[in-house]
Amino acid sequence: MDISFDLTIAWALLLAFAVYVYVALDGFDLGIGILYPFFPEKRDRDLLMNSVAPVWDGNETWLVLGGGGLFAAFPLAYAIIMPAVYPLIIAMLLALIFRGVAFEFRFRAEHRWAQKLWDGAFIGGSVLAAFVQGVILGALLQGIEVDGRAYGGGWWDWLTPFTQVCGLAVVCGYALLGACWLNIKVEGAIQARVRRLARIAALLTVGFIVAVSLWTPFLDPAYFERWLGWPDILKVAAVPIVVAVLILALGRALLREGRDWLPLGLALALFLLCFIGLGVSMWPYVIPPSVTIWDAASPFKSQLFMFVGAVVLVPIILAYTGYAYWVFRGKLDPEQGYH
Amino acid sequence: MDTFLGLDALMLARIQFGFTIAFHFIFPAFTIGLASYLAVLNGIYLWTKDSRYLDLFSYWVKIFAITFAMGVVSGIVMSYQFGTNWSVFSDRAGPIIGPLMAYEVLTAFFLEAGFLGIMLFGRDRVGPALHMTACLMVAAGTAISATWILSVNSWMHTPVGFAMGDNGQFLPQDWWAIVFNPSFPYRLAHTLIAAYLATAFIVGGVGAWHLLRRRADAHGVRKMYSMAMWMALLVAPLQIVAGHEQGLNTLEYQPPKIMAMEGHFESHENGIPLVLLGLPNQEEGRVDYKIEIPRVGGLILGQGWNGSMAGLDTVPDALEPPVAVVFWSFRVMVGLGLLMLAVGLWSGWARWRGTLYTDRWLHRASVLMAPAGLVAIIAGWITTEVGRQPFTVYGEMMTADSASPIAASAVGASLMAFIVIYFAVFGAGILYILRLMWYPPHRREPDAKSEPGPIRTAGSTPAQQVEESTSQPAE
Repeated sequence: MDISFDLTIAWALLLAFAVYVYVALDGFDLGIGILYPFFPEKRDRDLLMNSVAPVWDGNETWLVLGGGGLFAAFPLAYAIIMPAVYPLIIAMLLALIFRGVAFEFRFRAEHRWAQKLWDGAFIGGSVLAAFVQGVILGALLQGIEVDGRAYGGGWWDWLTPFTQVCGLAVVCGYALLGACWLNIKVEGAIQARVRRLARIAALLTVGFIVAVSLWTPFLDPAYFERWLGWPDILKVAAVPIVVAVLILALGRALLREGRDWLPLGLALALFLLCFIGLGVSMWPYVIPPSVTIWDAASPFKSQLFMFVGAVVLVPIILAYTGYAYWVFRGKLDPEQGYH
Repeated sequence: MDTFLGLDALMLARIQFGFTIAFHFIFPAFTIGLASYLAVLNGIYLWTKDSRYLDLFSYWVKIFAITFAMGVVSGIVMSYQFGTNWSVFSDRAGPIIGPLMAYEVLTAFFLEAGFLGIMLFGRDRVGPALHMTACLMVAAGTAISATWILSVNSWMHTPVGFAMGDNGQFLPQDWWAIVFNPSFPYRLAHTLIAAYLATAFIVGGVGAWHLLRRRADAHGVRKMYSMAMWMALLVAPLQIVAGHEQGLNTLEYQPPKIMAMEGHFESHENGIPLVLLGLPNQEEGRVDYKIEIPRVGGLILGQGWNGSMAGLDTVPDALEPPVAVVFWSFRVMVGLGLLMLAVGLWSGWARWRGTLYTDRWLHRASVLMAPAGLVAIIAGWITTEVGRQPFTVYGEMMTADSASPIAASAVGASLMAFIVIYFAVFGAGILYILRLMWYPPHRREPDAKSEPGPIRTAGSTPAQQVEESTSQPAE
């Protein structure tokens, strides 16, 4: 019993890790779609897309692992959350279809109008997918009504001002990641534009982080207690302090030339801190305010069977994914796209 | 009752699942076969240094990239649809289904996605050995993916190795028994062979098309056609054996499905006929206007000349599958299978006679049969999935008890969205693929460096057009 107790926590951490890796990786390639409107030239757009063409598939696979892992380790949570945010999930899936096929179709389109069409699909799909992911996050954080072993709320419960702000926050956040990624991959005049966009996206992202952070404690008294109650505040205060330090560092990195990888590293660290903050709010619930990770956990034998594989396979996956990134490292040559 | 266009939420959810998975499976079925074909082409090229194989690789890898992308995005839909539309099923069967699907992600999806970039764009960057490894990894990934998901699907047909929990969940007891459940090996063999056969017919159809049009690089085209027809000749008979074996397995574990496939409403003693055609009439419990051969059905089903078999009259009406759908989809699959066998044999005969590249009727037949494998695959899946109704987990959990508590209007609206967007987006993708197939593979410029550059350059489409239009007068 003791082991199964630990295994549930281990699975919660592993899933959190998968979701974070997803946000970190697909975040920047969705972000490139969000930034597309600021690069109207075909040549620039080709370059932007080529910067992620060899890796976007792998990035999106982490989303499948997140969904699949939730299904496997916490089937009850999967069975409640998916119907609760039904229209959002459908919208996200359709958005991902549009932007995913755009990678291939854009280079296959012969006519200018068709190419514009797929550019539009890439932009619309990326923005919508990012926005919807934020709304889903907000909907989860504000709480989901549960009845027995099923979703018990209405069809529009997820539509609140808070969730919309979360949606916008994720759009800005992904745009920031996208700009920081491009800062590594491109050079010259286009890099200067990328850096300007990164600064704007960073300002907006920080604004949204502050807004969501101030709003969250008032969603639920339990959150208030956790963040502002005495003596818990002494433990959790580290999160906002580190966030503040990271924001300052990110600002500095974006204002100075050189060390092109630094803004992305700092932005990812900022995301990680936000993610930890989310964990602080939600723990130990997988569906606040009523379903804990233990309520939703699949049986010990299911979790163990998968855990053995995950422990062996995840490091291998990280290794060859890292290798794939390494193969395509460095600045892109605008004259020689992969496509 | 809450309905949308006269259909209730359950029926809409079933249509949505059937539609999205049928559309989805076309792509992986093709990529399973194509990934292996590409690995073989690349391997032969590295071994022989014959540039025709490299040209064929470059030709098909573009089609592969588009197909793979469509498979990925339509596949993400599947992994979330269990939760959105079948939440009760997900909650109850999740402890068994979930880990198997998680293994699919961990062992297959990452492998494919991780090495795809190197396979498509990395030949220059990593060198031939690692590039070949990437091709093999992608090919292996597609097969591993099929293995896990077919294990899941087979477990739903022949569930074993579990106990029923107090909360209604299927609790795993014996993972080995679950993964290698009784119908899994048969289904895996039948499905993988189907993917190879379907790919052989697509490649063969494209080759035949260019042979008929006598275009450009006839050498590479001949190679393509010859390889595809070898595959058809060897694999079509194998597939008929594999399908037969799966049928016998189904007879053992899901007899009502066989009764529906074969149109046996009434029980037979002393000889089972083979119903060739007819109109199943489920309400009256008979096949109208049926054409049958006495006793042959018993021979096929392994029951012998005087065999006996229970019919759907022994199955409660509420547990009968919809007979007409199963009956007809099965006939479409078998009919196409026999036609593919015929084309395979014909090509063997033509090869022996030395007319493989000149027999224009064979080429016309090959072009016509290009989609036959994919159509047969969809028909076969309809047979097996509709045939196991009214259950999701056979004998254990009814379809009617599996769906999410979602209003018909919501499911109906999402179904409409899926239908419109799938046809628009994947329709465009299929058109792009057909356009690539329209042109033959062309020879590299003689001056090009022996190791090719990136297979796709941003401006290559117009250049390719020019090259193709100049190559036309050479016909």
